[in-house]
Amino acid sequence: MLKTFPKGGIHPPENKLTSAKSIKKMPVPKMVYVPISQHIGIPSEIIVNVKDKVEIGQVIAKSGGFVSSNVHSPVAGVVTKLDKIIDTSGYKKQCIVIRTDAKNESNFEEIDYPLKKDITMEPKDILQRINDYGIVGLGGATFPSHVKLSVKEGTVLDHLIINGVECEPYLTADHRLMLEKAEEILVGIKILMHALHIDKAIIGIENNKKDAIDIFKKLTVNDSGIKVAALQVKYPQGGEKQLVRAILNREVPKNGLPLDVGVIVHNVGTIFAIYQAIQHNKPLIERVVTVTGKKLENASNYWVKIGTPISDLVNEVGGLPEGTRKIVNGGPMMGKAIKNLDVPVTKGTSGILVISEDEASRGEPKNCIRCGECVEVCPMGLEPHLLMNLSEKGMYEKAGSEDIMTCIECGSCSYVCPSHRPLLDYIRFGKTIVKKLNTVKN
Amino acid sequence: MSESVLYSVFLLVSLGSIAAIVLYVVSKKFYVYEDPLIAEVEDLLPAANCAGCGSPGCKSFAEKLVATEDISNLFCPVGGNDVMKLVAEVLGKEVAEKDPTLAVVRCQGGCDVRPKTTEYQGPRSCAISAMIYSGETDCQYGCLGDGDCVTVCKFDAMYMDEATGLPVVISDKCTSCGACVEACPRDIIEMRPKNKRDLKVFVGCLNEDKAGIAKKACDVACIGCSKCQDICPKDAVTMINNLAYIDPAICTLCRKCVEVCPTHSIIETNFPPKKVKKETPKVEAKVESENIKTDA
Repeated sequence: MLKTFPKGGIHPPENKLTSAKSIKKMPVPKMVYVPISQHIGIPSEIIVNVKDKVEIGQVIAKSGGFVSSNVHSPVAGVVTKLDKIIDTSGYKKQCIVIRTDAKNESNFEEIDYPLKKDITMEPKDILQRINDYGIVGLGGATFPSHVKLSVKEGTVLDHLIINGVECEPYLTADHRLMLEKAEEILVGIKILMHALHIDKAIIGIENNKKDAIDIFKKLTVNDSGIKVAALQVKYPQGGEKQLVRAILNREVPKNGLPLDVGVIVHNVGTIFAIYQAIQHNKPLIERVVTVTGKKLENASNYWVKIGTPISDLVNEVGGLPEGTRKIVNGGPMMGKAIKNLDVPVTKGTSGILVISEDEASRGEPKNCIRCGECVEVCPMGLEPHLLMNLSEKGMYEKAGSEDIMTCIECGSCSYVCPSHRPLLDYIRFGKTIVKKLNTVKN
Repeated sequence: MSESVLYSVFLLVSLGSIAAIVLYVVSKKFYVYEDPLIAEVEDLLPAANCAGCGSPGCKSFAEKLVATEDISNLFCPVGGNDVMKLVAEVLGKEVAEKDPTLAVVRCQGGCDVRPKTTEYQGPRSCAISAMIYSGETDCQYGCLGDGDCVTVCKFDAMYMDEATGLPVVISDKCTSCGACVEACPRDIIEMRPKNKRDLKVFVGCLNEDKAGIAKKACDVACIGCSKCQDICPKDAVTMINNLAYIDPAICTLCRKCVEVCPTHSIIETNFPPKKVKKETPKVEAKVESENIKTDA
């Protein structure tokens, strides 16, 4: 019996259409639109001016505080505008627009650096560099990595968990990265183990990626510190709390962090970015994006520069198929539809999902029939139907005391609801209000 | 037979007396003094419990009025100056007279002038769709059209115009309680002074984008050309972030700005139709007026 988390969870159709497609390099875009707020926390501060020449990897926006991150220029070129452009949040946000210098060779260099295994840096310098090089969690939440890694002295820390679960349907970016860059990822894991003084690491991979499990098992045969855990296929296993529970059978306390039970969780993409930052001095300026959809002919995985407009990606796979209704940034479960194709790829874009007419529309909401399906599938053990009603009726204090803030917004409840009730919409709304009320109270 | 009747009468009378004594003692012992003025003031208030005054209901507002020394800052928008005057008489305190206000909708982006570029599927609530994205049109400042303001209005003073998809305020019913102002996630609704004939001149747009982008998103958007600012004889117009705002305290309702606005984003309400200058000789006009008189 494979390991998994015990409470709730669903198994939507996997639709991993692109798992056999190797990661291609996306042509360098003519223009990049780099938002200054690509991470959770304080937006970065722009430190370039219009008409400035920028080099590839140069810092163009400085971290605005502790929970913030540097932003680097993904291309060599000239800053043409500092403008507000609709980004993945659906609102116009400050962006740095850079025109790529077509003559600058550094723009077209290959990413395939030779593998470098020796770790020469001191732990302190490693953490500083992760901060400087703008590394954020690439699983989708984009939480600045250096914050996660700043462990207070005296904290008991015994395991590093590597999240290679990729439980979202359709997405294969992490899967391909694990297949193609397994050795680099292992070096990345060792870097973090060295930096945090941990001697145990576990890579969690769902059983629908058997090839990745095999590769890592083969590579870690002689390694006593790093283990591979094959997990049952279940959504939302990629959630930190669910993953810790599945692998180590430890329950992260409510409103707590994995750190409270001695664990730090990082995504494989983040690990690879850390490897490149430490071993090859490369800041986070590109990432793997799965461009997929049932009607797309050339759905595939790409190395994409941060700031590339999504229209470029869509053109690369052969344009939008007829009857396209919705384009989602991220996976179908937690992703968010984008407003237009000018939206740029950010550090958190793990996939672009093109959905056609027949799959796009949501059902007409009907009354709750008290079937309890949502309670059954909630991985956090909440009562989604109750939380929805409370936030619909404006009873936010009660919603707060019913632990609305522990919801991880996985959307399992909305997925299973036979009455098509917009559970997550209301819960998410309730969360923002409860959060506001809590800050007022404090 | 008669004995049992007597017994029950005696029993009930004694039970009643005991209960009465207990009630009397308890009511004396735990008596809470309440200023009779509070009830009196509460009777004067409109009992709408709309919270427009800042207190949760009319009773708590009455308590506040009685307890506060200087009530010139307190105002019941529903009752208005008349009610406040009566309250002041009862309490023997001074109230400041306030100009009555009225809610105005500062967006004219109806379906015909502001094209939809996306489709929103989800709960029909402005608060929720504002949380998710900038709305179905390309204007991220304008009305979302899901009617949160109409839902919160306790006086049925607002409705959604089906033709334009925008909320409309019914001037006669609006009590200026301010519930819609708070409900609107875009801050479109503003309280502006209500003149005798409900005359108002205001900018019906909140778009802060640059001219080209604003105009592309909506035909009647304020494009920040500052023509209104230049022509205003009283300097009532301020331009902030490509957006004009007319200060109602300074505006004299001369309507010069309405004429120069190239996108017609400045709204005038309830003014009589403008007299078209006719080049008709005065004699004829006289004849006309005489005719009317004879008809009458």
